[in-house]
Parts: sequence; structure tokens; C-alpha cells
Amino acid sequence: MTSAISVSHLNKTYASGFVALKDINLEIRHGEIFALLGPNGAGKTTLIGIICGIVNPTSGSVTVNGHDIIANYRAARSLIGLVPQELSTDMFSSPWTTTSFSRGLFGRPPNPAYLQKVLSELSLWDRKDNKIATLSGGMKRRLMIAKALSHEPRILFLDEPTAGVDVELRKGMWEMVRTLRQSGVTIILTTHYIEEAEQMADRIGVINKGELILVEEKAELMRKLGKKQLTLELREPIAAIPPELAKHKLTLADDGAKLVYTYDTRAERTGITSLIDDLQAAGVRFKDLSTTESSLEDIFVGLVRQQQ
Amino acid sequence: MNLYAIGAIYRFEMARTRRTWMQSIVSPVLSTTLYFVVFGAAIGARMTTIDGVAYGAFIVPGLMMLMLLTQSVSNAAIGIYFPRFSGTIYEVLSAPASAFEIVLGYVGAAASKSIGLGLIILATSALFVPLHIAHPLWMLAFLVLTAVSFSLLGFIIGIWADGIDKLQVVPLLIITPLTFLGGTFYSTSLLPPFWRTVTLFNPLVYLISGFRWSFFELADVNIEVSVAVILLFLAVCMAIVWWIFKTGYRLKT
Repeated sequence: MTSAISVSHLNKTYASGFVALKDINLEIRHGEIFALLGPNGAGKTTLIGIICGIVNPTSGSVTVNGHDIIANYRAARSLIGLVPQELSTDMFSSPWTTTSFSRGLFGRPPNPAYLQKVLSELSLWDRKDNKIATLSGGMKRRLMIAKALSHEPRILFLDEPTAGVDVELRKGMWEMVRTLRQSGVTIILTTHYIEEAEQMADRIGVINKGELILVEEKAELMRKLGKKQLTLELREPIAAIPPELAKHKLTLADDGAKLVYTYDTRAERTGITSLIDDLQAAGVRFKDLSTTESSLEDIFVGLVRQQQ
Repeated sequence: MNLYAIGAIYRFEMARTRRTWMQSIVSPVLSTTLYFVVFGAAIGARMTTIDGVAYGAFIVPGLMMLMLLTQSVSNAAIGIYFPRFSGTIYEVLSAPASAFEIVLGYVGAAASKSIGLGLIILATSALFVPLHIAHPLWMLAFLVLTAVSFSLLGFIIGIWADGIDKLQVVPLLIITPLTFLGGTFYSTSLLPPFWRTVTLFNPLVYLISGFRWSFFELADVNIEVSVAVILLFLAVCMAIVWWIFKTGYRLKT
């Protein structure tokens, strides 16, 4: 089955000489939510720009549902909806006229009932005739999504969709994205909020300095690269880790009140039993213990640091 | 052909004109009428006819052309510059529309506005002087060809400009002076031989002369030459626009 998006050996060097993308290869599956993570200037927006036809690639190829984005740009672009990072819309129009404009631009005949549905779902219907300049930031952000959905795309790019959006609205947007996915829309989102990717994505790609460092199923990524930590709350604080516990590579926390042990969940043995035995032998007693798992953010930061 | 895209851009641009009707319609009509009244009354009182045509009527084609050229350039330049400036151009560039369709939407709207204004000015002029149009179809052909060509020029300027001031440079510093010096208010046959030769290097002389010919069958230069000049100008503008979309100049990085 053809991928929703297939990127092959894609490179982009700007006229200034800045290399934005280096030999990117990526397959996006139909109906998935794919999160593209990366620090500022990593190349996320350039990659999206090329796929959507806003940026010229230097070399390589991209197909959307099997259609080449250059040779068969009409078929490719008509499948895509783009929500850009910036709130770029004509401030003097109304939500109704601007979404009607977007629909027409993408070659779709007028369909007032569909536009009403989109605007209603995004809580913009009662403001449909207001000047866009009078809408709140959150409403403008939702309007950008309404514009992108106005031509019924099968693939939706969300470039930092919740930047500067309050928690309530962000959760509303996540809900909307999930509903879209249920209707079969493929979603590619870039985000700075790792929590967003952790909550929503099926797969995650990490891009840094123009290179795609990895692409992995979210659960697999967290399993592979995630670490667990066992925190032991001691009965009596200690000044230093006893030498007989050195092999466990423990760290002291909270002024000696806690001992932290990091272990790999995939390893055959976690080493916890041996640690507890050694603690007893060394006379270190604990009153409580807890375990924590590393978040996607920890994994992401770790990967980017590793590359630097 | 993505007709819906052409229609969407065209309607959007026409809606912008309706929103700014004071600036887009009333202002050019008023200023052209003032030219007509001031020049027609002041000079017309001393110079009653030129080549047998009443001076008041003689300047009508020139005034229409002056307005047509400046408005075509300004409308099209603002039409494409504004989306570039505000960032909304991303949507046009990512749409399944060809360069031809995009240009047709923007330039078609700019040219429509200028032609409409030209016809309003013609109707207004008819209130002041008796007008007879010898070749109405040629008059319309010149009107349309000039509006389209200069809207294309405006489109190019709107892409080239990286600031509001640059949008005004070409209409104010080039088009307006060349129109004034191109026989808007006089026949170049009235000039001394040397200056008459100099004006032949002004391309707008050919447009004004051809347009005036369609009204009164009076021309400073041969009508065929006028048609050839406007067609050549149209071809050059189309070639530049084609190059802009091919290279992505100032549109795509």
C-alpha cells in the first residue's frame, strides 16, 4: 500500500548556503498521527514547506499518496491541509469569507453545510461574520485550522498548532485531532510541547540540524530509550555512598536523604534484588521506595544532546 | 484548470475593492474629474480645438489612460504584495493552482477594477463634453490590453517590492511622469521637432495615441505601431511573470 507521504533523499540548501535538510528519508503511514520533534531551526518547517509546495527542494523527491509533489502537484496538494505556525490570515475578512476562499483555492465547489460544520466544531460559527481582527488569539488559531480543513484534506499538517494556546484550548485541539484521525485523516504535527507528542502521536520522528535522527513507534521509543529510576528514601541521611555499593552507580539526592538507582527495563536483570541485599549488608536502611519512568522529553533532550 | 481557485482569488480581490471603495473608486474618479475640470477649463478656454477636436474632449482618452495605467499598476501591486507582507501567500502557494491560474485571479481582478474605473470616468466625462467614439471596439480593445499589461507590471512590482515605499516608486516616479509627457493633455505634433523625437522613446506615447485614435481617428503615431507596442509590452510582462514562478523569485525560498 502506498504511504500517505514518502520522502526520499530530500536535501535543502538555502541561497545563503545554510543546509536546512540533509538526506531526509521518511514514510508517513495512512491514518497515523506522526509527531516531528526538534529544537528551533532543526528543519521541521522547511520539511513541511517542501511537502506543501512553499519551499523548493534542492534535491530528492516527495510523493503524497503516490503523487509526485512537483510533476503531479495538483493531485498532491489537493490532499493536503496546512496549519502554519504563524497566524497568517487577512484580518479584514470574516471567518466565513476566509474559509470559503480557502475551499475555492483548493479547487472545491462551494459547500456551505460543510463549512458550517467545520466552523461549528471549532466554536467559530457564532463569529462567522465578525472581522478576524476582532477575534481572540485562540479563535484565530482555531480559524487557521478551519481554513486548513475547509477543502476536506486527507492529510493535515499542524506546525506548532498549540503554541501560545492555553491549556484548556490545547486539550480541545488534541480532542479535535483525535476525532480527525478517527475519520481517517493522516496528521503530521510539529511541536515544542513534548507532552503533546506523548499524548497524541503514534510515531515520533526526531530531527536535529537538518538530519532525521530517528523515527520510531512512540511506545517502542519509550521502551528502548526510556530508563527507570528507583528512589529509596533513607531512614537516616548519609554523607557519602558506601564503597561496597559503588558497583550499583547510585546517586545521592536531597542532601543524602535519598538514593537513586537507574536501571534498564530491557535488561535481563534489573539489579534491584542485588542492590537491596548490598544495602542491607552495608547497613543502609530505607523507609520508602518509588519508581519513575523517563518521559519523552527526557528521551528527546538526551538524543539531541547526544548529537551535539 | 482550477476555475474555483481563479474565482476565489478574483472574488477576494474584488471584495477588497468593495471594502475600500472610497480609496479604490471614489478617489481616482474624483482626481481624474478634477484634472478634467482644471485642465479642460484653464487650457480649454485658450485652446479651443486640437486638430478639429474640442480640447475638453481631446484630453478624455489621455485622462482615462493616466488613470488606467496608475490604477492597474497599484491594484495589482497591492493585491500580491499584501499577502506576501502578511504571510497569507503560503495558502496560495500551497494550493493546487498553476502560476497561470494564480496570475489570472490577481491580474484579472486588478484589470477589471481599472476597466470599470475607466468606464466610470468616460461616463463622467460625457457629462462635461460631447463625446463621440469612432471605433468603440478598438477603444475597448485598447482599454483591456492596457489594463491587463499594466496589471501584469503591477504584479511584478508587487513581487519585487520589499517595502511599501517601493510599491509607490514605479507608479509615482515612472508611470505618472511618462503619462504626463506622453501626450495626455496635448498632441505631440505641437512639440518642437527635437522634443517630438524624444517623446518617441516614451512607450506611453504609443498607448495614448492609439487610444485617442479609437475616439477621434487622430494619432501621433501609426495605429499599427501602437498595437505592436502594447502587445510587445504584454509579452515582456508575461515572460517576466513566467520567470518569477519558474524560479520562485521572492515567492519561494
